[in-house]
Amino acid sequence: MHIHKFEKIWLIFGITTLIVFLSVIGVSAFYLGNQPPSCLATINPEKVDTTAPFDKPGLKKVEGKEWDYELVFVASAFAYNPGQVEVPLGAKVKVIATTKDVIHGFQVAGTNINMMLEPGYISEFVTTFDKAGDYLIVCNEYCGVGHHMMSSKIEVVE
Amino acid sequence: MNTKSINPKVDRRDGKLAMAHFYVAFIALAIGGLAGLLQTLVRSGKFELPSWTGYYQILTIHGVVLGLVLTTFFIMGFQLSLVSKTSGTLTNKQRKTGWIGFWTMTIGTVMAAIMILTNQASVLYTFYAPLQAHALFYLGLTLVIVGSWIDGAAIIMAYSSWRKANPGKPSPLLTFMSLVNTLMWIVATIGVAATVLFQLLPWSLGLVERVDVLVSRTLFWYFGHPLVYFWLLPAYMAWYAIVPKIIGGKIFSDSLARMSFILFLLFSIPVGFHHQLMEPGIDPAWKFLQVILTFLVVIPSLMTAFSLFATFEMFGRSKGSTGLFGWVKKLPWGDARFAVPFIGMLAFIPAGAGGLVNASHQLNQVVHNTIWVTGHFHLTLATSVVLTFFGISYWLVPHLTGRVLTKAMNKLAIIQGIVWAIGMTFMSGAMHAAGLLGAPRRSSFSTYGGSEQAAEWIPYQVAQAVGGSILFLGIILMLYIFINLAFFAPKGEEEFPVGEVADQAEKTPMVFENWKLWLGITVLLILFAYTIPFIDMIENAPIGSKGYKFF
Repeated sequence: MHIHKFEKIWLIFGITTLIVFLSVIGVSAFYLGNQPPSCLATINPEKVDTTAPFDKPGLKKVEGKEWDYELVFVASAFAYNPGQVEVPLGAKVKVIATTKDVIHGFQVAGTNINMMLEPGYISEFVTTFDKAGDYLIVCNEYCGVGHHMMSSKIEVVE
Repeated sequence: MNTKSINPKVDRRDGKLAMAHFYVAFIALAIGGLAGLLQTLVRSGKFELPSWTGYYQILTIHGVVLGLVLTTFFIMGFQLSLVSKTSGTLTNKQRKTGWIGFWTMTIGTVMAAIMILTNQASVLYTFYAPLQAHALFYLGLTLVIVGSWIDGAAIIMAYSSWRKANPGKPSPLLTFMSLVNTLMWIVATIGVAATVLFQLLPWSLGLVERVDVLVSRTLFWYFGHPLVYFWLLPAYMAWYAIVPKIIGGKIFSDSLARMSFILFLLFSIPVGFHHQLMEPGIDPAWKFLQVILTFLVVIPSLMTAFSLFATFEMFGRSKGSTGLFGWVKKLPWGDARFAVPFIGMLAFIPAGAGGLVNASHQLNQVVHNTIWVTGHFHLTLATSVVLTFFGISYWLVPHLTGRVLTKAMNKLAIIQGIVWAIGMTFMSGAMHAAGLLGAPRRSSFSTYGGSEQAAEWIPYQVAQAVGGSILFLGIILMLYIFINLAFFAPKGEEEFPVGEVADQAEKTPMVFENWKLWLGITVLLILFAYTIPFIDMIENAPIGSKGYKFF
């Protein structure tokens, strides 16, 4: 099949750009470890309240791990527990969350902390809070009539 | 290309079948458009819905009616008329199949509509199990899908009888393209049919207690991404093979057009995980694999862009234009059949770039489920695709009804296109900006307890309402033009423009008609991208979820 010379140049340019772009994403994912939240852990969604660590939601200091704190959230229609939490500035935190009922979103608005919470699964994301201030957490996946009322707040304090 | 088989006119009986599809599509446009307007008004914070309805109910109507009903009906009507025009009048059996498909889809639509209107199905068109809608909602949407398969069967039958009558020859380009889109649609909808028939229906009927949420989402998105290509490919048909004729030029290359369609068939299905990048139960390595497959559609997209602009430039130069961009002036800007789809093509440039962001392994983390995504598909589907559909209607509707597009209607159609472009610039632009700041999609107006961050989003939401209102004006104009072309325009003959291939283009290789080969590769790619993660999901499944009715 004949392909016009200009089209060949255009496609070679396009495909090269594509390869560069995908390589950047790949290096970021597999070398720098910037993977999306996928921790592959399951839980019985009807027993969240009695299963550790979700029996005690909130911030906990931990020792001997790659992160300093674990921040545990339980989502249910239409609230997060805790509804508000303080995190020290510069802390490396593993955010751990799940849902007791339907699918919820968990997004710290304006950051790249963004996870789907699905019944039966635990979602995790490790991050560092290096800017002081108030951060709004919103449910960004439709969960029912009170969806837009569902929020929480992280206060990053010195 | 074989031109002998081209009908001078689409047979009136086939025209009626196509028009029946268009009536439903444009009623859907009216209802869905009104729902869209109400959403942007509510989200501005200055307007409240009456107590008998709710934001999420309206949102469900908007999504189902525009995303599924308008598109599926329009596309099937368009493809049936393309086949009838380029491969010859449908046989009685084929036409009857088309009518059965149409009525199945219509009955399904009405069933789903009743459930949504009585607030028993406010689960949006993406379903969101374990939110549980009434069984009739799922059943209705199943009938829409099954009806579209029956419509598709008519297209497949027409294609096969053409091939049988013309051994050794490549099929007419537009028939070929309709067939590819139909095959892709059938392969893709198997996913949504499986989740509805085996999971959601038995569960909503109470036959089983629990549903596996992750499996249901994975089956849905297996269908949910090719769905967007099912919308886009008919627009590409018009861009590749109809717009060249309208401007008076030639198709750049028949073979390249076919190759790009085949590539869309291969690469649009095994990519659903890029909608699930933020989900907990899928291994990131498999997500990355599907991200790579997603990006391969960049190649046929670049081919399309090249081919279109090559056609435009060849035409301009044949009219004696000089300089690098002199040909731009020679294009028929006063012809709505060209100008309106052209606005759609332009919108596809930022739309495609935004799509790259959404599908990226990490960039998605910033925009996932923010209103950025809504802004993105209001450029792709609601501008590129929809304006091209409008552009098609401007000649197809009068052609089928035996009327003409008058000068006055042509002018109004161009105004319609401009109104749409302005409205969408406001609405989609504001959505992209607010999304980057973190404003969520699919959410009613909220100040989130007086949060300062949420307060920053409100001016953008007001801009969305301004854009939404302008777009609604555009919808009223479009409906006025449609009704005119269907019932009131002067009688006459409107041309059905079918492009011819440029003289210097090479002969089309027959390998493109080898469906065992292409469907085989499609299935292999799907198995490669899905088998292991799917086994993973089932083996490591948590206990399923009971149904919830939070609406």
